[in-house]
Amino acid sequence: MSSDIFFYIFAALTAGSALAVVFTKNTVAAALSLLVSLVGVAAIFVLLDAFLLAALMVFVYAGAVVALFLFIVMLLDSQGGTRKPFKKATLFSGFVALLLLIVGLASFAQRGAQAAIVHEVPAAAVPVGASLRAYGEQLFTTYLLPVQIVGFLLLIAMLGVIVLSKKFEGLGDIK
Amino acid sequence: MTVGLNEYLFLSALLFAIGFFGVLLRKNTLVIYMCLELMLVASTVALVAFSHFNRTMDGNVFVFFILTVAAAEVAVGLAIIVALFRRRQTIQVEELNALKN
Repeated sequence: MSSDIFFYIFAALTAGSALAVVFTKNTVAAALSLLVSLVGVAAIFVLLDAFLLAALMVFVYAGAVVALFLFIVMLLDSQGGTRKPFKKATLFSGFVALLLLIVGLASFAQRGAQAAIVHEVPAAAVPVGASLRAYGEQLFTTYLLPVQIVGFLLLIAMLGVIVLSKKFEGLGDIK
Repeated sequence: MTVGLNEYLFLSALLFAIGFFGVLLRKNTLVIYMCLELMLVASTVALVAFSHFNRTMDGNVFVFFILTVAAAEVAVGLAIIVALFRRRQTIQVEELNALKN
């Protein structure tokens, strides 16, 4: 199937650029690799029929978040810095974590190969996929309370950012 | 071999692992933050895959909320990093050891 090839292409793109985020020394390059990785995830979402989420991913993450990261990198100019070698305890615990993760991923792959039975896909209770109408119905009925909480959270975050980035000279500034 | 739920879950776990090791290995606070975002995105891949293969909308709606929270989190976190840089003139984690000893 052709979509299978697309899955492998985009999965490789996503994982490869995620590795680039971790291993590149330049902070700007890391931010741009993050951008590529997020666009790859958006493509994976398209393969999973979540078109709205893919668009939102590109808008919110690739547009806003990575741009914000790039602004902060520009503002702080944190290039260079001495690289101290890792301590022995850090190296050891990192190695143990790596082993555990490899075991976990291998068990994923193995169980996946075992459970290759075709899953009986239940009939759609709700129209799945792109339709904004489905999202709207869910968001304003079942998930109405979370929507309001998230709105409040965004308000609090905005206030927090303003307070954090404003310079207070003395107590007289706080009114 | 057709791509099923397992492949998507494997991709999600792999992305999470990469982000996890970024957090462990890197010393620059900004890059650590990017890797945190990567871990968050990895979890959304798993949710969307579950939602697709179960034919329900719930996972997708959940990812909707995760996107919102992530946007708020990035704004606040970067503001904290900027405030930290103003006060200490560094964002390398190894130099931020005021609480040590």
